Amino acid sequence: MKYTTSKEDHQKLTNQIVIYCVLCVCVIIFAFPLIWMLSVSLKPTVETFSLPPKLIPSSLYLDGYLKIFNNDQYTRFLLNSYLLGLAVTGLSVLIGTLAAYGFSRYRFFGDRAAKLFVITTQMVPTITLLIPLFGVIVWLKLYDTMWGLILTYLTFSLPYAVIMMNGYLDTIPKDFDEAATIDGCTPLGVLFKVLLPVAAPGIISTAIYTFLLAWNEFLFALALTRSIEMRTVPVGISMMVGEFGLKWDEMMAFSVIGSLPVLILFMSVQRFVISGLSAGGVKG
Amino acid sequence: MRSALIADLNKDMQKILNNISNESIPYLFLLPCLLILGSLLSVPLYKVVEYSLYDNVIVQKNPSFVGLENYKEILGDIAFWKATLNTIIFTVGSVIGHLIIGTSLALLVNTDINPKARTLFRSLLILPWIFTAVVVAVNWQLLLNPFGIINYGLDKLGIINEPLDWLGDPSLAMWSLLLISTWRGYPFIMVSFLSGLQSIPKELYEAAEIDGAGFFGKFWHVTIPQLKPVIYGVALLDLIWTFQLFPLVWLTTGGGPGRSTEVLSTMTFRYAFVNFEFSQASTVAVSILIISAAFTIFYLRNEKSRI
Repeated sequence: MKYTTSKEDHQKLTNQIVIYCVLCVCVIIFAFPLIWMLSVSLKPTVETFSLPPKLIPSSLYLDGYLKIFNNDQYTRFLLNSYLLGLAVTGLSVLIGTLAAYGFSRYRFFGDRAAKLFVITTQMVPTITLLIPLFGVIVWLKLYDTMWGLILTYLTFSLPYAVIMMNGYLDTIPKDFDEAATIDGCTPLGVLFKVLLPVAAPGIISTAIYTFLLAWNEFLFALALTRSIEMRTVPVGISMMVGEFGLKWDEMMAFSVIGSLPVLILFMSVQRFVISGLSAGGVKG
Repeated sequence: MRSALIADLNKDMQKILNNISNESIPYLFLLPCLLILGSLLSVPLYKVVEYSLYDNVIVQKNPSFVGLENYKEILGDIAFWKATLNTIIFTVGSVIGHLIIGTSLALLVNTDINPKARTLFRSLLILPWIFTAVVVAVNWQLLLNPFGIINYGLDKLGIINEPLDWLGDPSLAMWSLLLISTWRGYPFIMVSFLSGLQSIPKELYEAAEIDGAGFFGKFWHVTIPQLKPVIYGVALLDLIWTFQLFPLVWLTTGGGPGRSTEVLSTMTFRYAFVNFEFSQASTVAVSILIISAAFTIFYLRNEKSRI
């Protein structure tokens, strides 16, 4: 009896080791492109394709990063992306939370239709929207402005914020509201004084994911702006590709700089984001 | 007597007003959201259909109404059908790639390992999803470069004799694009399935084990049936979004070389912002919308119970 137990234990241990090994190999394979990006960003361009490839640069080389930070054009792209991301996030979370509260706490005529509408808006092809939005934005004299981008970004960030926040608010028991209402709270008071403090992790992760969506957006930013001063990080990187003679060190350094903040933010809340995402089929 | 009646009436009015204001509370909460989404979506959707019925929109002040002429022109254009075929290949190939890799990794991460290790592996495997499409494109241009590390590795392994131009060779470009798209999109499937897997009651597996089911038996008779609604919904979502995908294709191959990876979305963009033919662009854009709408109906039917 004892013998079989230890044999089973042995079997289990072997299984575990195999699983861990397979997982590590998978991580190395799937994360390799990103590791390579980091490696190339730390090498002079002439060494980008040197043979045999070296993962770890022979000497410390930070010129790629310095060139980005010392170039007003690139820092402007970063600033634009941050401002745009913050504005879109602020508006989406505020307006989205109000709507989510309505969906979560009230039954009313047309509630299902309204919710269906919000979900369906996520399926509308961005490219189909772009052509007429271009016309509308030009007509509104918002072409090549941050306002034009903020407005158009709401088409994809707002539905997301509503669905996410609705999911979080649904997890808070209604007893909270009832107790506060008896104490004389108005519906808006219930939302801001009672529910939002409880839903803080939900709000933060909704905000971070909205920021990520705005930060990563490419199509609107490309088509609805024209001047260098209005370009965002993704468009900025794509412009480097078109330049004569690829500067891989700068391009990869800018890619790392442009990805790291959102990466860290996302990782810090990914548990909440994932549970929110799976709650209501949300565009990735 | 009269004053009492008026007081009564007043009270009734007050009640009705109160009722109206109470009834309208949820609408007030939804108003800003629905107003913004409604105007930002319905106006453009109306406009895009209108544009497709006119000639020389946006570039000319007074475009002329041409009815369905643009549709006739587009549907008679072999380039449109080539792009449609490419879109189907790209979409179906990507979704299959996402499902295979995503499901395998979800099952692997969901095995009986340390919960902290599980979270760590999930976080690392989710990475390709978080980067902006430009970074993904630039990264893979570097990796798939004729002098890049993938060619080097394949050469060292003896699989190829001379470096291949993965993105520049018309016969390889679509395969490379599918590889990149698979890498970029599998985490969405993985994450969705992972939370689906974790919600399957353990008792079902125990019962299957008692019935003598092995690993594959449990997979076929417990995991798949339990996950079915999730698989169907997530696969449809993935299909809808991959079908309309623009940035990744535009930034890795630009639809080229030649038109070998041109999809409907890049064709729309080219019509609009390279050739400034907004009427033709709108016509292709409407065709993308119609196909997306068809898939969306299937998706909503499946999701109906959850709304």
